[in-house]
Amino acid sequence: MIQWTTNFLASTFLISTPIILVGLGIVFSERAGVINIGAEGLMLIGALMGVVGSWATGSVILGTLIAMLSGVFFSLIFAYLTVSLRANQVVAGLALNIFAGGFTVVMNRLIFGVAGNAAKIDVFNTVPIPVLKEIPIVGASLFSQPLPVYIALIAAPLLQFYLMRSNPGLKIRAVGENPKAADSLGISVPAVRYMTLLYAGAMAGFAGAFVSMGQVSFFSEGMIAGKGYMALAAVVFGNYNPVGVLMAGLVFGSAESLQYRLQASGSPIPYQFLLMLPYIITVLALCVYHKKTNRPAYSGQPYHKG
Amino acid sequence: MTRGAIYPAIAVIAALAVCAVILLVMGLDPVLAYQKLFQGAFGSKNAISETLTHAIPLLLCALSFAVGVQGGLINLGATGQLYIGALAGGAVGIYLHLPPILHIPLILVVGFIAGGAYGLLIAFLKNRFGVSELISTIMMNYVAIYLLNYLVTGPMKDTSSANNLPQSALIATTAKLSIILPGTRLHAGLYLAIAALLFYYLFFYKTPLGYQIRVGGLNPDAAHYAGFSIEKNNYVTMFLAGGFAGLAGCVQIMSVQSRLIHAFAKELGFSGVAVALLGNNTPLGIAISSILFAGLDGGAAKMQTLAKVPNAVVYMLQGIILMFVVGQEMFNLFHRRQRRAGIKKEAAT
Repeated sequence: MIQWTTNFLASTFLISTPIILVGLGIVFSERAGVINIGAEGLMLIGALMGVVGSWATGSVILGTLIAMLSGVFFSLIFAYLTVSLRANQVVAGLALNIFAGGFTVVMNRLIFGVAGNAAKIDVFNTVPIPVLKEIPIVGASLFSQPLPVYIALIAAPLLQFYLMRSNPGLKIRAVGENPKAADSLGISVPAVRYMTLLYAGAMAGFAGAFVSMGQVSFFSEGMIAGKGYMALAAVVFGNYNPVGVLMAGLVFGSAESLQYRLQASGSPIPYQFLLMLPYIITVLALCVYHKKTNRPAYSGQPYHKG
Repeated sequence: MTRGAIYPAIAVIAALAVCAVILLVMGLDPVLAYQKLFQGAFGSKNAISETLTHAIPLLLCALSFAVGVQGGLINLGATGQLYIGALAGGAVGIYLHLPPILHIPLILVVGFIAGGAYGLLIAFLKNRFGVSELISTIMMNYVAIYLLNYLVTGPMKDTSSANNLPQSALIATTAKLSIILPGTRLHAGLYLAIAALLFYYLFFYKTPLGYQIRVGGLNPDAAHYAGFSIEKNNYVTMFLAGGFAGLAGCVQIMSVQSRLIHAFAKELGFSGVAVALLGNNTPLGIAISSILFAGLDGGAAKMQTLAKVPNAVVYMLQGIILMFVVGQEMFNLFHRRQRRAGIKKEAAT
């Protein structure tokens, strides 16, 4: 039982991390009033570019940085379309996802060949934390993880503080809640939206790189498989708060982790119903939040100055 | 009309140009690639019929999104509605044995209603709890995907053969749509797609209810002022949107698929969104752009074998086309505002 719990927790943290990382990005752009369904595509690009970067430089850290830069680059296009041209955010995000689906496959085949002979690359290794790793159960699960897992867990409360208590955080929320009022106070609505989108792009790239280099050690076509949309669900379920995203990410991750264990043990409970769970509880949460939601009042609406 | 047709054409040409540059940078030959792509899509009788075969479900999914837009709703749930429609229609196709004259219409009706019911759920959540359809449709897609996966690996799994594939048994032969062009895969679903397109046009542009929904979609305040119920609009809109997607699912399993298969629709639902947007939600625009997108899908294989360019290039192309389509919104803003003011006036009188 101890062994089972340890393994279950360890895999939960591993599975949750990319959802949390990308969710911590989306939550900021969402709060600034931009619906970011393009995160799925950005993660996919990040997953590929991370592997390419790690393969070319021999360093997983540099690879991850390249993944983050790619995320920023494609987010810039998204931001130009949605903020400067005031294009429909949902459609622009969808366009990005469709493009990324093609782009990553083409790049992958050109660089690694059709056979996809996985080149050996540097990946995220576990970094056990001294002393803490000796604690039963949590030592071997929580404190023996790759670096991005720790980053995700620590970043959430810090970002919560930044969003809710700092001056820039207040500006971000003002831009989503009432862009006109924010503008009249001298806050540049486009600048805030650009910054949050570029940051969200970097986080999506990071999350993607962790999928290809933290959970496995290669890129495979379409490997993000809805994780970007699940992160969107985590942001909604977490009621647009960074700590909420962390909690939602862990809940979703545990459902998936449990599902693997059920499948392996030949349980009669169909594992597909566990996989549905994150989406069902998100819809239910939306019904419950109703009027108490933190969804910005101007979510999804382009801002016209004047 | 000309205005509506020029921008999509510009978007396609601009996207072809940008994609050509990307191909050049990647060290591929864009001219050869486009040549083979066109040949593969429209170069022979067989190519054209394959393109049309691809266009059928694409057009129905595009209608699903377009119906939503008319009612002011963003329906990203065509994927889920398609699977639910296919599941219900598929069950009728697999387990019932009727003469084709009854069997085929019954499947289509059941599929439409099932997909529509899945759409109604979205409208209910929106009306009752204020849940944004944008998020709920995405969530319900996954619920449907996993439900289909459960059924084709469990209760509905094909037990006749030794293989262990996640698929159902074949549908009855009486449920198969007939081939309308001998020697190809082009099937009678084409007539259904044309009928659906006609229905879309007549309903939204020639009936009072369709008009009400359009007014509500363009300007909820005007609709409210004119005494139209937005809640009712949401229900009707989502039922029709889900129904069209459900039809798309049924048509696929009654023709090229012949059975339920895990995740068989792939990106069809989202491609439908792209098609509807490129076609500016007009019946003619949707017809043309669904053939164009289907041609890209159909020609991709030929491009890959003959020009040695990965077939996934067409998805890059589709994504870029869509970016140009939404990027052009700034040209449309003025035009739309005029139209909105016009319909507001109409509704008020």
